[in-house]
Amino acid sequence: MSSELRYTANTQLEHLHARYTGTGHADLTKYDWLTHQHRDTLSSIVGHPTLTSYLAIADGESIGRVKFEMTERMLQPCGPPPRKDED
Amino acid sequence: MHLYNLTLQPPSAVTQAIVGNFSGVRQQEIIVSHGTRLELLRPDVQTGKLSTVIATDVFGSIRSLAAFRLTGGTKDYAIVGSDSGRIVILDYDPRTSSFVKLHQETFGKSGSRRIVPGQYLATDPKGRSVMISAMEKAKLVYILNRDAAANLTISSPLEAHKNAAIIHHIVGLDVGFENPLFAALEVDYTESDQDPTGEAFNNAEKMLTYYELDLGLNHVVRKWSEPTDPRANLLVQVPGGQLASSERFDGPSGVLVCCEDHIIYRHMGVPQHRIPIPRRRHPLEDPERGIIIVAAVMHKMKGAFFFLLQSEDGDLYKVTIEHEDDEVKALKIKYFDTVPVASSLCILKSGFLFVASEFGNHYLYQFQKLGDDDNEPEFSSTSYPSFGMAEPSMPLPHAHFHPRALDNLALADEMESLDPILDSKVMNILPNSDTPQIFAACGRGARSSLRMLRHGLDVEESVSSELPGIPNAVWTTKRKEDDPFDSYIILSFVNGTLVLSIGETIEEVQDTGFLSSAPTLAVQQIGADALLQVHPQGIRHVLADRRVNEWRVPQGKTIVSAATNKRQVVVALSSAELVYFELDLDGQLNEYQDRKAMGSTVLALSVGEVPEGRQRTPYLAVGCEDQTVRIISLDPESTLETISLQALTAPPSAICIADMLDASINKTQPTMFVNIGLQNGVLLRTVLDPINGQLTDTRTRFLGTRPIRLVRVQIHGNPAILALSSRSWLNYTHQNLMHFTPLIFENLDYAWSFSAELSPEGLIGIAGSVLRIFQIPKLGTKLKQDTIPLSYTPRKFISHPTNRYFYLIEGDHRVLGEDAAAKRLDEMRQRGKMVDDNMLDLPPEVFGRPKAPAGTWASAIRIIDPVEAKTLSMITLDSNECAFSLAIVPFSARGNELHLVVGTAADTFLAPRSCSSGFLRTYKFTEDGTGLELLHKTETDDVPLALMAFQGRLVAGVGKALRIYDIGKKKLLRKVENKARATFSTAIVTLNTQGSRIIVGDMQESISFVAYKAPENRLLVFADDNQPRWITATTMVDYTTIAAGDRFGNIFVNRLDPKVSEQVDDDPTGAGILHEKGLLMGAPHKTKMLAHFHIGDLVTSINKVSLVAGGREVLLYTGLHGTIGILVPFVSKEDVDFISTLEQHMRTEQGSLVGRDQLSWRGYYTPVKSVVDGDLCETYARLPGTKQSAIAGELDRTVGEVLKKLEQLRVTASGF
Repeated sequence: MSSELRYTANTQLEHLHARYTGTGHADLTKYDWLTHQHRDTLSSIVGHPTLTSYLAIADGESIGRVKFEMTERMLQPCGPPPRKDED
Repeated sequence: MHLYNLTLQPPSAVTQAIVGNFSGVRQQEIIVSHGTRLELLRPDVQTGKLSTVIATDVFGSIRSLAAFRLTGGTKDYAIVGSDSGRIVILDYDPRTSSFVKLHQETFGKSGSRRIVPGQYLATDPKGRSVMISAMEKAKLVYILNRDAAANLTISSPLEAHKNAAIIHHIVGLDVGFENPLFAALEVDYTESDQDPTGEAFNNAEKMLTYYELDLGLNHVVRKWSEPTDPRANLLVQVPGGQLASSERFDGPSGVLVCCEDHIIYRHMGVPQHRIPIPRRRHPLEDPERGIIIVAAVMHKMKGAFFFLLQSEDGDLYKVTIEHEDDEVKALKIKYFDTVPVASSLCILKSGFLFVASEFGNHYLYQFQKLGDDDNEPEFSSTSYPSFGMAEPSMPLPHAHFHPRALDNLALADEMESLDPILDSKVMNILPNSDTPQIFAACGRGARSSLRMLRHGLDVEESVSSELPGIPNAVWTTKRKEDDPFDSYIILSFVNGTLVLSIGETIEEVQDTGFLSSAPTLAVQQIGADALLQVHPQGIRHVLADRRVNEWRVPQGKTIVSAATNKRQVVVALSSAELVYFELDLDGQLNEYQDRKAMGSTVLALSVGEVPEGRQRTPYLAVGCEDQTVRIISLDPESTLETISLQALTAPPSAICIADMLDASINKTQPTMFVNIGLQNGVLLRTVLDPINGQLTDTRTRFLGTRPIRLVRVQIHGNPAILALSSRSWLNYTHQNLMHFTPLIFENLDYAWSFSAELSPEGLIGIAGSVLRIFQIPKLGTKLKQDTIPLSYTPRKFISHPTNRYFYLIEGDHRVLGEDAAAKRLDEMRQRGKMVDDNMLDLPPEVFGRPKAPAGTWASAIRIIDPVEAKTLSMITLDSNECAFSLAIVPFSARGNELHLVVGTAADTFLAPRSCSSGFLRTYKFTEDGTGLELLHKTETDDVPLALMAFQGRLVAGVGKALRIYDIGKKKLLRKVENKARATFSTAIVTLNTQGSRIIVGDMQESISFVAYKAPENRLLVFADDNQPRWITATTMVDYTTIAAGDRFGNIFVNRLDPKVSEQVDDDPTGAGILHEKGLLMGAPHKTKMLAHFHIGDLVTSINKVSLVAGGREVLLYTGLHGTIGILVPFVSKEDVDFISTLEQHMRTEQGSLVGRDQLSWRGYYTPVKSVVDGDLCETYARLPGTKQSAIAGELDRTVGEVLKKLEQLRVTASGF
């Protein structure tokens, strides 16, 4: 692979990552992956009416509250990120 | 195995509702989304009743709906955001009564994804553009306009994306005719994702951002972005803009930001106004708990506007804004009324409020007043420093109000909804019923109910009176052609006739000209103002001046049967001859010169009504004893010639020709049907070809055990047929399609239309010696519901094997149990705190119960007599316990005496699941099962979510462990637990058994087959599924097959290889299985998936039942949103081929209304396997005639044959 091609392939990939939030890559950390998973799950729950109803019944809350709390949780579903090792 | 999926009762939950003039006429209508179905409702302004205009399956999941109207237009369109990755604009076409897809623009992948728009929709109030947004990042703006031919046009999308922004809500601002402006509530997560200290997360700001669509430059810019309250959840549009003509401002523009505990008025560059959300002063309420707005609606009237906001407790608040031009002076809030918590609120201009409840029935209220001059305390932003924004991060002091009964609203109508169904049973427990009833545990919290559903139309009886004898027939008649109501009721007895006149009272009259000394065969209002009575000896023609012309039968003969209409009379004589009369233009009844000899005794006759503008109807149907029906011409050219003949399987007992509309046969004109009732209770329905008089398209149906009688009646202004056998059935047209439904009413011997001032569209019937007058209030609802109220959300119920009682467990999370509440109140009283008893006395079914913190439970066990529809007794659970499972177990150690075991847990938390202790409560039945006596409580280490009787012992799924318990003196004794392989991965939620096999459903890990080996006392998992499944309901189809539903709306059937099954059963000790190597990190054997289908609703129960007497067994499932459907096994390969080919054609012809591909919808998570979508196939009846015949041609059938096959599949499986 010529260096030029590698360069263009990379920018394309970066472009794709910027465009499709949540797409994984080789250097993805466990924390990032988990956070993406949780955000995907939470937005999927809000997007499926039967699932929000189900959770609302189980939890004894209104559907509006369940949707609100799920969306709030998307901000940081898995706690703060781990500290980066200084190397 | 091939299955046919058919929805019997579509989902009744409403996820969103919008209001608009969708028909383009002045009247407003409501479109509701049932999640997978769109329904157009039309409220009747006079009566305040809602009626369904159309309802269509969309084969996709609707996530958002918005109504919009182009500037200057008179018609509203509906925009739909769904999981199809497309935006769809729908137009309701009143001419064809259907939704038409005007535009469908693709922007992304299908599925409810994080960054694919569809979750939120916001429209510009002037109808110039629409914004569609995802949960994160993506926002697209489309410009809407009209072209030269006034057609709606849509632009290509303009992006308003913002990376790493979670979107809470969007709304279109009212800015008049300036550039369209949209507001979004967003949170950026870039910084909190990078900051390991968590500080960035704590300081994350929720931004209110304005996006402006620059119509001149054709792009979208972020115009303004300011932080707002971090707990904001909802935006509401505030009117704005000014009219070009008057300079007057409609309002200040901007948005209301609804936050936890507060409402803020916000707009670019103007001061904010903040008010608290008033709360109830309930002694048991948690003052720390915030309150949020879950539904909001803005209503504009002439020169004024107001908002109704609803809190999660169901309280409605009226919010008003005082403004001078575009400057806000004050924001005010006051309590309005309390209604059930809504998913959407709609205000109609005619003064109605539609409340689409999030759970349970939906309501239509009428505004009595707008709460303008009452004593309700009002809270204004002017009473707080800096309009409540002095310290934006600090909450305002709490404001309080007293909830009360409805004052400003009055209930106008109620729409029944089964949502949510949490458990169901299908059994026939009613006396004198030949079809089973469906019992569904429905609802949430204090509005829960157990409902008994019976297939049939509800009947309202208005009069029931005893008669002196037993009549054999009844008629009503007008005196003149143009009378609005009936004047006489004629009753025929074995030896006489009784005439009653209808007036203020109903009383006997003598001087009507009718012969009272003989029975009557037919009564008819004939010509303009004459009456006709047919009796065995002749025909009496009673003229308006009471003169009677009588035609007498020849000596030695009698009339055995007669058929009449406004101009024609046909009688059959005992000598098997037909005599035909026709009314001439002078009002004289003339006999046709010839009599027709039939050669066989005539049993039944029928002529249709005279078509409008015609002299006569050209066909007569004659049923003879030789098991034939002949169609005879009444045309003057060929009078009394036989045209066609149909052979029958039994002698006919009644015939009825009726012209009824059935859009599946003819879209525009009524079809002439010949209904033939046989003496063995079978009804044949054939179509009479109006051109050549041939009978085609015969459909049969078994109605009951008695010979059938048929009556032509008028129901809701349309012709219908009442068929009377051992049950009464009504054949009617509803939404242009023909339906055949039993009446839930006493068996009738005879019936007729009845029209009087008080009951203009009634029916009159005789049952034994009782005369009954009744109405059919609602067509279309095929399931009649009888309701038993419950106190808390039902969890599960079970029926006693010998008596008919139900044992039901109910429980609610975040609700204080009765004993805990009483204790808390006592404490408060002792501490000298004021306890407001008024608040405690509020009925919970209206006002709900105060919310308690997580881990608080209220629960009860209830004994119900379903036949009498009442609660026999109720045992409330104390010490924060909640019941999760129950079983009736015949313990063999107690001589097979039945015991009720209830699995409960105390201090349960849901995620992650934990409890201080689980319990198995063992009860003894007392007083024939009407009472329960607690024997003992057995502690367990986890929540027991599933219990079942097994070989005289109890098998329990306690968290992850599967155990067998036997009864002891002080507690249940644990006998065995599965240990051989790892325990189940999450929690056991369902149990089924046959023989010594137990089938276990795990909450996340699908189904496992477990063998119990008695000699070694071992529980061995020998087979499981090869995919993870979040099981919610299961039922065994046979020894090796299981049908199950999962949380994502799939239903599937798995089968174990019979060889493996045998091998396991043949192994006496289970040593073979024990030492077999596991496969794919699980059990040594895997089940094979036989069928798979996505129904779009969360499956809550599956029953294997036969719905028709003597019919095949089907799988009946219920869905959380109120769906009831069946899976019917196909009997032959030909059927499978035929229906799947039809389905294939339907897929191409009938695209989804939301733009989702039907095949990918039905295979949402796993591709569809061996299941045909019956709901799609049945839309064949609504296709235009040309398409119908094209598809039928491809299938080598006629249209009639295709329709007949579809009907047959439905009727033989469900009877619906």
